[in-house]
Amino acid sequence: MAEQPETSTVQTPAGDLESSRGRSLPDADTCRELLRQMTLIRRFEEEAGRQYQRAKAGGFLHLAIGEEATIVGTTSVMEPEDYLIGTYRTHGHAIARGTDPKNVMAEIFGREDGTARGRGGSMHIFDGERRFMGGYGIVGGNLPIAAGLALASDLKGTDEVTVCMFGDGASNTGNFGETMNLAALWSLPIVFLVENNLYGMGTAIERHSAVTDLSHKAEGMGVPGERVDGMDVIAIRECVADHLRMAREDRRPTLVEAFTYRYRGHSAADPEVYRDKHEVEEWRQKDPIESFAKRLVDEGVVADGFLEEVRAQVEEQVVEAAEFADASPDPPLDSLYDNLYVLPEESGGWYAVDERTPDPFRGEREREAAERDRVRDLHEAGAAYAEEGDDEGRPADEAQGGGASGSHSREQGRSGHPRHDQRDEDDDRGDGEPEDAI
Amino acid sequence: MAGTTSMRMREALNAALREEMQRDESVFLMGEDIGVFEGAFKVTEGLMKEFGEARVRDTPISENTIVGAGVGAAMAGMRPVVELMTVNFSLLAFDQIINHAASIPYMFNGQVRVPLVVRMPGGGGHQLGPTHSHSFEAMFLQIPGILVACPSTAADGKALLKSAIRDDNPVVFIEHETLYGMRGEVPDDEDVTLPFGHAAVRREGEDVTIVGILKMAHEAERAAKTLSEDHGIEADVIDPRTLRPLDLDTILESVRKTNRVVIVEEGWPHGGVGANLAALIQEQAFDYLDAPIQRVTGADVPMPYSKRLEQSAIPHPEHIVSAVLETTAGAK
Repeated sequence: MAEQPETSTVQTPAGDLESSRGRSLPDADTCRELLRQMTLIRRFEEEAGRQYQRAKAGGFLHLAIGEEATIVGTTSVMEPEDYLIGTYRTHGHAIARGTDPKNVMAEIFGREDGTARGRGGSMHIFDGERRFMGGYGIVGGNLPIAAGLALASDLKGTDEVTVCMFGDGASNTGNFGETMNLAALWSLPIVFLVENNLYGMGTAIERHSAVTDLSHKAEGMGVPGERVDGMDVIAIRECVADHLRMAREDRRPTLVEAFTYRYRGHSAADPEVYRDKHEVEEWRQKDPIESFAKRLVDEGVVADGFLEEVRAQVEEQVVEAAEFADASPDPPLDSLYDNLYVLPEESGGWYAVDERTPDPFRGEREREAAERDRVRDLHEAGAAYAEEGDDEGRPADEAQGGGASGSHSREQGRSGHPRHDQRDEDDDRGDGEPEDAI
Repeated sequence: MAGTTSMRMREALNAALREEMQRDESVFLMGEDIGVFEGAFKVTEGLMKEFGEARVRDTPISENTIVGAGVGAAMAGMRPVVELMTVNFSLLAFDQIINHAASIPYMFNGQVRVPLVVRMPGGGGHQLGPTHSHSFEAMFLQIPGILVACPSTAADGKALLKSAIRDDNPVVFIEHETLYGMRGEVPDDEDVTLPFGHAAVRREGEDVTIVGILKMAHEAERAAKTLSEDHGIEADVIDPRTLRPLDLDTILESVRKTNRVVIVEEGWPHGGVGANLAALIQEQAFDYLDAPIQRVTGADVPMPYSKRLEQSAIPHPEHIVSAVLETTAGAK
């Protein structure tokens, strides 16, 4: 790694970290913007969690509360033409790249105005215009794709860099080894950034990875790494900026291990039986927002009370996003097959076959088919199941909410009917249902 | 009008790759041993010399990552053609093919496209045993979001591969190992492409419809010749050429004429190409059928190594003739 003049020891709840990163602050405007973005993401995630408890969102919801410095520190030093690709915990990444929080929230709600018109959901946010190349639900699935993005940049002779973010759990997948080797072999302009929050779902890092210093884990594949305090937005900024330069100018892929922590469970349904509440409290003492705000006041960059001003500002933005999402319509049923294929003007063949009605039709002709009463009625009959209380329809752990993260019951369905709260009578979770897949 | 040249399938595919790489700078190739070694089946012969190592890329043995890199490059505006050494190795890349290539255009609502071609040879006949000679057309056919091409002639191979490279959808392009050396007349005109979803009617007859893909398209023609010469039965022989999109209309038109159908494939029977096609035919042309639809498939086992066992596990003209006689029993 680049030579550092001097290092100091940063204490983290996971051990001491030798680092010289994050000593000096950037200009005041940049500092204020970093704080604003982190605060926005924090408040957005809290609201997403709240809306999930109100059953405005379905499926799984993975919140990045606690990881804001790693996200914002990284995006703040990327160029607009650089690619960012992430995991299923990327609401904040899209927002940090400039995606309107309204559209992210609408996607979480599964609505027409979502970033993918309700096709992707919380785990699959995407904004091609801002080169946020997606959230991905398969752990490690985004790594090979990142290599491809970087390869395209290389073949086109641009100086774009791809930043590929993934979790500590993904470092155990075959894709990790394969992609590191390929990136180093082909000198691809990539910065790999592992958001090490110490748990692969509910399994602690020392129980899932033989090498727990992930910054060294790709060295054998030709990708050197650096560990950085992921709770310190300035440290992350400095570190990632250096690694971006190595990728852009030296054509050297590297790995940044950002030491971070999620305060909430793996997903909103996580009862967090695998970790001590004191551990969470200890990390909260290093809160990336509080500690950065305090530093800005201490160093005279902002006045006392600045954080409160920022909070009031983002409060309005987030409430507006939730209202916007709630007002956005469901995607029309006859849009079901949209964008499955790029269709030629005249096709001799069937691209998709719809068998929901007794007379099958080409899926790509859904709109035409839906003009028939029988087809439309059956589509509507299927969609009507969305209005039922869905404790039965959801994975059991999700329906139950749970533990430290799910302190509110999910009392209301989409239709606004009071819901049967399964947790009251079935709180032992001993039902053999699968947890959220990782 | 331009003429034709006699070529082997591998030469026709090679010509398609060369012409498309000359035509479009965004086209590039990746795969195991495709460059210096010039391909396990020599389909990429001479291409690294002509286009250089940047556009003809030898890769590590990392199937999922090679295909995934193709997905990413395609998302960023390139047109990658990835070669997997056999269809069996594609199983290592199913995550990228299904969870990513097929899903990304849909799950990101068309904000991004994946114009990727994944080529792979399959099929038995070379004694490559249970991990190198299967037929997975049906598995790929099942996946919404990808297209499936399976050419049986050199001319179709070239034209379909050119179309696949120009298509904005991800395409799984299945080749048959025993057809690489087969010759055919291939149009010289570089603009000849073959739109997906157009079946070829290889032979016309009134008595029965035989549908066959890949090597089985040829076996179907051989069977039809025997049926005509020895039994006075005239068959329509149809090669769908692409399974998705599927030219169901051409098949149905034939069925309405012949009222009898035999579907031939080398793959396994359960959930096979024939099972799927039989379902579609009976749904749409039940009243035209005079006999149960017959399927001829590979044996329901992993492909055995022993030469005699292997050959007996693969359909041959005799099996097709037998199926046709069954479906036409009493009609003549």
